[in-house]
Amino acid sequence: MKANGGWKWSHLYLIAVFVVLYAPILYLVVYSFNSGGTMHGYDGFTLEWYGEVFSDTRLLIIVLNTFVVALFSSLLSTILGIVGAIAIHRVRRQRTKSALLSLNNVLIVNPDVVIGASFLILFTMIGLKLGFGSVLISHVAFSVPIVVLMILPKLQEMNPSLVDAAKDLGANGWDVLTKVILPYIKSGVFAGFFMALTYSLDDFAVTFFVTGNGFSTLSVEIYSRARQGVALNINALSTLLFLFTILLVVGYYLITRRNGRIQEAGARL
Amino acid sequence: MRTKSRNFYLAPYLLWIVLFVAAPILLIVYYSFRDIEGGWTLGNYSHFFTSVYLKMTVSSFWYALLITFFSLVIAYPTTYLLTKTKHKQLWLLLIIVPSWVNLLLKAYAFIGLFGTYGLTNELLEAVGLGRHQILFTDFSFVFVSVYIFIPFMLLPIYNSLEELNPSLLHAARDLGASAWTTIRRVILPLTIDGIKSGCQAVFIPSLSLFMITRLIAGNRVITLGTAIEQHFLVTQDWGMGATIAVFLVIVMAIIMLATGGKRRGAR
Repeated sequence: MKANGGWKWSHLYLIAVFVVLYAPILYLVVYSFNSGGTMHGYDGFTLEWYGEVFSDTRLLIIVLNTFVVALFSSLLSTILGIVGAIAIHRVRRQRTKSALLSLNNVLIVNPDVVIGASFLILFTMIGLKLGFGSVLISHVAFSVPIVVLMILPKLQEMNPSLVDAAKDLGANGWDVLTKVILPYIKSGVFAGFFMALTYSLDDFAVTFFVTGNGFSTLSVEIYSRARQGVALNINALSTLLFLFTILLVVGYYLITRRNGRIQEAGARL
Repeated sequence: MRTKSRNFYLAPYLLWIVLFVAAPILLIVYYSFRDIEGGWTLGNYSHFFTSVYLKMTVSSFWYALLITFFSLVIAYPTTYLLTKTKHKQLWLLLIIVPSWVNLLLKAYAFIGLFGTYGLTNELLEAVGLGRHQILFTDFSFVFVSVYIFIPFMLLPIYNSLEELNPSLLHAARDLGASAWTTIRRVILPLTIDGIKSGCQAVFIPSLSLFMITRLIAGNRVITLGTAIEQHFLVTQDWGMGATIAVFLVIVMAIIMLATGGKRRGAR
């Protein structure tokens, strides 16, 4: 009986946490249909703001930019991450291995602002023009370590004699990679790709530093619009993005569930 | 044969490390010794140890501590209760979903929620507490930051609670421990690693927040992150900005060494 009472209270607490977690998002969604033009006082239903989003060419180009950067950067960082994970895995000396891992994790724990500032210096020094290229390179750079961390545990649980057997049977390095290793670490690769995708879509601070004039991603654009105050087309846009996020989440969930460990979303070593 | 294939994978990865891990940090250190005209100087460091920056550092640490503390206090019980529910994987996913919504959009939502005529003030008025200035206060800054960082605190704790062997809890109960004693003497010590990782994952980024300070705290709160952004993108004093960045990198390294070893990802 006592346990029963505790059960109720705990659910109340959880529900309260969930309400607070979802309140801001629902608030944005609800007011995206407000004809009043402000985020208070609901005047009536309208789809005007959605129309405005779809007729705002600048905004649409920025959305497109954001997705192009996200897709390319996660693709490239996944490839580099696979290479990195295999490289670390093959190092035999324990000290070299942990040194490499520490270096790998620097960009994960480094504050975003520091990454952004240091990349800005780097690009200026080598004379790279700020814009699409610098943003893409930065996103690849900061996504690689998380991909490595997602793939490494998979490599570690792989039986090394699989690779030896393939080699004994005459497989060359490329065959071993594509026919033995990649199929085995597939779930880690997908998880890494999705993490890289969310990192890229979500990044603000680093992009803000290296974006220059002329090129912009959604986060940076929302920031500059939000500083000017409330505009309900941002709400409409966020509703659309939220729906897209849900799609991503479902995709990620299906992949990790097959993997059996959703907590890997939290990326642990 | 083996050595050859190993080198093949190591080379591109090492190139990445050199270009994007080592070089940026070295460049930051280099710039911290340069003045605006491009000459060598120690002036940035002596400037950093004046009262303006020391105050800023202290207040950054204070806010980061507050944010970490409240995230832990809210996330720990949530996670604990979460692991007790039937469909914990689904609940966990539901908690993670909001963290996948663009950070900027969530901050923007709070501009509406906390505004003078926003929902929060409507609720306050409805229960008879009257309208208040919520936006642009310390409260709103800490609240929004905690809101954004909660998932980063929650996931490592969830992982450590999942690893906890339930028979230990049964044993504690069989030996006559009260619920509180079990939590204090068994569960907390065994999940301390998760707590450490969570605190680390929240504390370091909250030291250097600058977007939330600008949007939610309206420049009332100036953290080290805000100062770096200011120096790099507004006043163009890269030397001073780099000096603060060097300080943050050192703090980060100390925290990592102090809490020891393994890390988690996600920002």
